[in-house]
Amino acid sequence: MIASVHFPILQIVLPLLLAPVCVLLRGARLAWFTALTASWGAFGIAVALLYDVLAGGPVSYAVGGWNAPWGIELRVDAANAFVLTIVAGIGAVVMIFARKSVEHEIGDSRAYLFYSAYLLCLAGLLGVTVTGDAFNLFVFLEISSLSSYVLISLGKDRRALYAAYQYLILGTIGATFYLIGVGLLYQVTGTLNMMDLAQRIGGQEDLRGVHVAFAFLTVGISLKLALFPLHFWLPNAYAYAPSAVTGFMAATATKVSVYVLLRVFFTIFGVDFSFGQMPLGEILMILAVAAMFAASTVAIFQNDVKRMLAYSSVAQIGYIVLGIGMASVTGVQAGVLHLFNHALIKGGLFLAMGCIAYSIGSTHIRDLGGLGKRMPWTAAAFVAGGFGLIGIPMTAGFVSKWYLVLAALEQGWWWIAVLILLSSLLAVLYVWKVVERMYFQPAGGTGETVERAEAPLGLLIPTWILIVASIWFGIDTRLSAGAALEAAKTLLGAG
Amino acid sequence: MSHHLVVRVIAKFLIPFIMLFGLYVQFHGDFGPGGGFQAGVIFASAFILYALVFGVETARKVVPDWVVRTGIALGGLIFGGTGIVSLLKGGNYLDYSALKADPVAGQHIGILVIELGVGITVASVMTAIFFAFAGRQRKG
Repeated sequence: MIASVHFPILQIVLPLLLAPVCVLLRGARLAWFTALTASWGAFGIAVALLYDVLAGGPVSYAVGGWNAPWGIELRVDAANAFVLTIVAGIGAVVMIFARKSVEHEIGDSRAYLFYSAYLLCLAGLLGVTVTGDAFNLFVFLEISSLSSYVLISLGKDRRALYAAYQYLILGTIGATFYLIGVGLLYQVTGTLNMMDLAQRIGGQEDLRGVHVAFAFLTVGISLKLALFPLHFWLPNAYAYAPSAVTGFMAATATKVSVYVLLRVFFTIFGVDFSFGQMPLGEILMILAVAAMFAASTVAIFQNDVKRMLAYSSVAQIGYIVLGIGMASVTGVQAGVLHLFNHALIKGGLFLAMGCIAYSIGSTHIRDLGGLGKRMPWTAAAFVAGGFGLIGIPMTAGFVSKWYLVLAALEQGWWWIAVLILLSSLLAVLYVWKVVERMYFQPAGGTGETVERAEAPLGLLIPTWILIVASIWFGIDTRLSAGAALEAAKTLLGAG
Repeated sequence: MSHHLVVRVIAKFLIPFIMLFGLYVQFHGDFGPGGGFQAGVIFASAFILYALVFGVETARKVVPDWVVRTGIALGGLIFGGTGIVSLLKGGNYLDYSALKADPVAGQHIGILVIELGVGITVASVMTAIFFAFAGRQRKG
């Protein structure tokens, strides 16, 4: 029927068009089923694209039949095919989780709106990743941001509204800065297509317009990806959003922003300009190291586990950015690999929190006593995910930190390697705090017998899919590290 | 405002013309200034005027919530569906030239249909925003 040449556009159109269908259907079950079809369809397409690209090189698609520099081009190469796969994969797994969780936290009467906003958010994120046009990227960024404000505000806690509003303000500032940057580039070059931009900027690096555009883009994207110290919107947003939304957003939204960062600095501006003429490498690495330590330390003192994991996300974004800041093939490979691994780990951990919220009604650390007995599977999932966060061997977190240390040593920066290891010790502290509470302290302080209150399978299975995946990619790194290497080579133009 | 006789009579007189003008802007959009967005706003302003003069509750009877909600979703589907049709006819997504054997006629039909989608969605969203703000006291 529809040939695989159309996969890049179908990747976006499938969730985008099924979102209004959810609104028309209205029933919670029907809407869920539609959203499930859309998200798994999108995942299938993403995997097919990844294989196409790894085997046959970049794929380009002209929307509306208008060719590249004039029309909107969708362009998939090794870098974004890899990001597409992880985003669509998380989107699909979280959708299984969403049915029970949404029924519990949002209610059937508004569920169809949730699924519709979720699909729009997914379509926006996939669109950001797949597009080869700098302005079109902004449009998709807004689609995903606007729908994620809605998703966050659906949280049960009233503070969710405040968190969504805070994110709305900062997110809009970030998007506006991005737009100003793109506008300035358009003024200098007269084009919006990324490949065309890259060519035309060459030779004009000394223009002040290019420098200002670079600064606006850097700050705008850093806000979106919650790079320390621009992360203030993130902890509240993740802590008060519905569980399914936190799981989805933590694993995708910031990751897609990281991809935008890679695309802008490596493809549009080029390594020589971004890291040679501009002091981007130094800035990124200092901020990344600050994030690793500051955010991890703050995480240790959080009492709500969702909030703790949110701060931990800020720290983990630090690791990703650290790798990118090195601007070497191994460094970028480590960054992209950690993007992938962290999405699985953090997605799994937040879904485990969703299981706990479902059964116990709280994710506060004082309510987690005796959880090892009450919810053994969920608690085990948390432990496995926590090991990944710390970076214990045989988990995905270890693999990406290993590559990160390798990249640091390759540059001769042994002290960076030491800092990576030291900051991992902070992760041990905050993960252990929860594990101790779960396994070594009785429920509620009283000695009464605790009954099993395990989460339903509809929640446990998707949680464990992500956790098992995070262990799988900790042992068999051929696919993840290989694809990340291809992505790094593509971005650095060495492949 | 229902006790102002002059306002009521003039509003009743104007509303059909506002709607007609909305349709003109909608369907003349590919020859002159205009298009779906402007037309949608003009069309919705007719409803909003009606609601201001005759009361929000009366207006809700004319356009119930489910009509507004369906309109919002339907417009998007019409826009995106046009793209799917051009895919099925062998072109790229949203390539209107593939819609008809004659590419110019195809482009013409394509832009007309997607602008209709835009118009429906914009008119519905405008009405929905107005109802949401006007009905704030209703739910407390």
